[in-house]
Amino acid sequence: MRFREIGILVFLVILAGATTVREPRFLSAKNLTDILLDIPLLMVVAMGMTMIILSRNIDLSVGSTLGLSAIIVGFIFKSNPNFPVWAGAIIGILVGLLLGALNGILVTWLRVPAIIATLGTLNVFRGLVFVVSGGQEVGANDIPPSLIELSRTSPIQLPWIVIFAVLVTIATHLFLRYTRTGREIYAIGSSPKAARLRGIQVEKVVFLAFTLTGGFAGLAGIMYASRYGFINPLTTGAGLELSVIAATIIGGTNILGGSGSVPGTVLGCLLLGVINNALVITNLSAFWQLAIYGVVILIAVAVDSLIRRQLERAAVDQTR
Amino acid sequence: MTAQPLLSACGISKAFGGTPVLQNVSLDLWPGEVHVLMGENGAGKSTFNKILSGVHTPDSGEILLNGQAVSIASPAAAQAHGIALLHQEPIIFPDLDVAENIFVGRQPQKGPWRSINWHSMYEQAGELLNSLGVQIDPHERMGGLSVAAHQMVEMARAMSQNARVLIMDEPTASLSPDEVADLFRIVRDLRAQGVALVFISHRLEEVFEIGDRITVLRDGEFVNTVTPAETTKEEIIRMMVGRPLSSLFEREAGSIGEPLLKVEGLTRTGHFRNISFEVKAGEIVGMAGLVGAGRTEVSEAIFGVTQLDAGKVFLDGKPVNIRSPRQAVQLGLAYVPEDRQQHGLLLSMTIAENITLPVLKQFAQMGWLRARQEREVAQQYTAKLHLRAARDVSQAAGELSGGNQQKVVLAKWLLSQPRVLILDEPTRGIDIGAKAEVHRIMGELASQGMAILMISSELPEILAMSDRVLVMREGRLTGEFNRAEATQEKIMAAATGQQMVEVAA
Repeated sequence: MRFREIGILVFLVILAGATTVREPRFLSAKNLTDILLDIPLLMVVAMGMTMIILSRNIDLSVGSTLGLSAIIVGFIFKSNPNFPVWAGAIIGILVGLLLGALNGILVTWLRVPAIIATLGTLNVFRGLVFVVSGGQEVGANDIPPSLIELSRTSPIQLPWIVIFAVLVTIATHLFLRYTRTGREIYAIGSSPKAARLRGIQVEKVVFLAFTLTGGFAGLAGIMYASRYGFINPLTTGAGLELSVIAATIIGGTNILGGSGSVPGTVLGCLLLGVINNALVITNLSAFWQLAIYGVVILIAVAVDSLIRRQLERAAVDQTR
Repeated sequence: MTAQPLLSACGISKAFGGTPVLQNVSLDLWPGEVHVLMGENGAGKSTFNKILSGVHTPDSGEILLNGQAVSIASPAAAQAHGIALLHQEPIIFPDLDVAENIFVGRQPQKGPWRSINWHSMYEQAGELLNSLGVQIDPHERMGGLSVAAHQMVEMARAMSQNARVLIMDEPTASLSPDEVADLFRIVRDLRAQGVALVFISHRLEEVFEIGDRITVLRDGEFVNTVTPAETTKEEIIRMMVGRPLSSLFEREAGSIGEPLLKVEGLTRTGHFRNISFEVKAGEIVGMAGLVGAGRTEVSEAIFGVTQLDAGKVFLDGKPVNIRSPRQAVQLGLAYVPEDRQQHGLLLSMTIAENITLPVLKQFAQMGWLRARQEREVAQQYTAKLHLRAARDVSQAAGELSGGNQQKVVLAKWLLSQPRVLILDEPTRGIDIGAKAEVHRIMGELASQGMAILMISSELPEILAMSDRVLVMREGRLTGEFNRAEATQEKIMAAATGQQMVEVAA
């Protein structure tokens, strides 16, 4: 929806302007780099969430999936300092894929509604984080320097983790836009009943969406270790689902599935990243962030349904 | 026409749970013909279509395509054989655009990555729609289009799959006259291209306008296949209803009192217009009509489920303004909806809990329910209704048979002692024994002075039970007959719009 994307951009500009007036450091190179480095993590997971919500599902477990992947890889590094970083990254992604597949099995084969299934795995996975770690944090000394470097150096002025996020974003966009399976995700979300009658293998496609999302969360776990230099069993990835769902919905994906786009979600992530940063840099309490997230989601969804209803009414009037 | 039919159905039979729905039905379909299928609600038309399109498989009989016996085991198989079914409610993806609705799962691809070629897809969709002569932009979002447009897109989809047999289930039911004319133009084009069309409609004018041959089904059996030239509308109606009248229900007419429920000029835009009638104490008024004629909508509006745009409702001669079902119950109305599983019963709750629900206050003391009293009263009523529950009133309603469920619904409303009872298809889907019982109860209630409005699509039931018959068609009251003058033929004529009968004020 063009209207929505322009709306987000306008809001971004206003927000950036207002923040700069209050705190000129907002536009400093250092701060802009910070924003740039904070967003990729959110964006990678939001790509998965976009697929899931498009298919009329939801995944509340992404934060715990991220945490579990990160802690497993972190402990491999901790006990084995010479373990290659690339192998660690692959293990992280594989763990994520596995956890995502588990969600997919619960939702498709066992027919547990996605919101219940992933609420359950949110807690199960977080519990496993503590089992694996014994409550111990993986500190900066245990994380290979070359992994940390991925957030600092790069071939083309952009840090590696930003490049990863861009690649994932482009891949997701191409998948959703240019493959039959990608389009079937939209079809399923738009009308599951029609999708079945058209011979679309609904279970298979939904399972795929959950599995990929888990893999993205696993990748984000590695990016987390690289960016922040520690993995904490309690906080790493905790509450991430809220930000990711918010970014997706703000980006224009209908919570009931069927419509939405990758570029919209990217804008949603940018907006949340900037809001986050603005709250920090203007010295507004970080405690406020949660409340402000909530308010932004509510406004976005309310505005969304208002516009939608008006469009539908216009359509009905046309047919009369 | 060629020497052999495109499709022959030979001796098709199908039963659901022991109830025969189709018995030995045969039909030939020639290329380039519009074959109209007619019959009352429940005559087996839909089942027949679903067998042709692979949704159901027949218990016996065979289907020949170009003289070869084929098995149509799934919708995909039907599609592979070139048979396409257009559902009455078009199956659409509202969020996707027109082109994708046509091609979903079969989008044109290009390149080594087999990526979707959007450009070519829009082009092909545009050509398809053009060839049907319809002005729809392939980029348009499907959800923003009218039902008529949805049907056109569905037809374009069928054509893109090279359908040779196109089955259309009441395609005109929700179209305006202009849209119907458009649809017929396309139907004739396809016929000229050699497509065989099965066309279901209840509108006799349309049937005679578009049909090359007409096959009538009745109670799951083949009656006859005729051409419009050699028959008349009256004869078709006779074929549809001409079963011997079942002697199952007989009701003595009781004494009829003052009007209890009276409505004047009820209108709900888009659903029904200018509906006026009255139901007197001790009277059963039957409301006949085809499915979708607006009968349920009228009763829901009277009961306060939906709001009226215009019109007045009188109870006991006093005007009332019913805004909610709760208020309707307080005023002495009761409504037994058609879909008892969804609207009439709480399936997971016990029989007793269901029965006492509308009058729960009577069993409460300072906010606490007196469960023993609740159970006793429920037992009284179930005994009165000959409800044969397997155990007792603490059994879950969902475990009962359809007929017994309906009795629970009746008991529930009897307990609230309504003065006006509205029943929507009270005996649909229940067995013959339970049916007779429900009819007996209805007769008893009427003789006690209750005013009963009964919606039914079964003509024998209407004729046997009603003191007066109202007929609705497409949201209007098109006929009113008293017990003596009502016949199946007259009712069907009014229900299908074959002739307008003056409505007595």
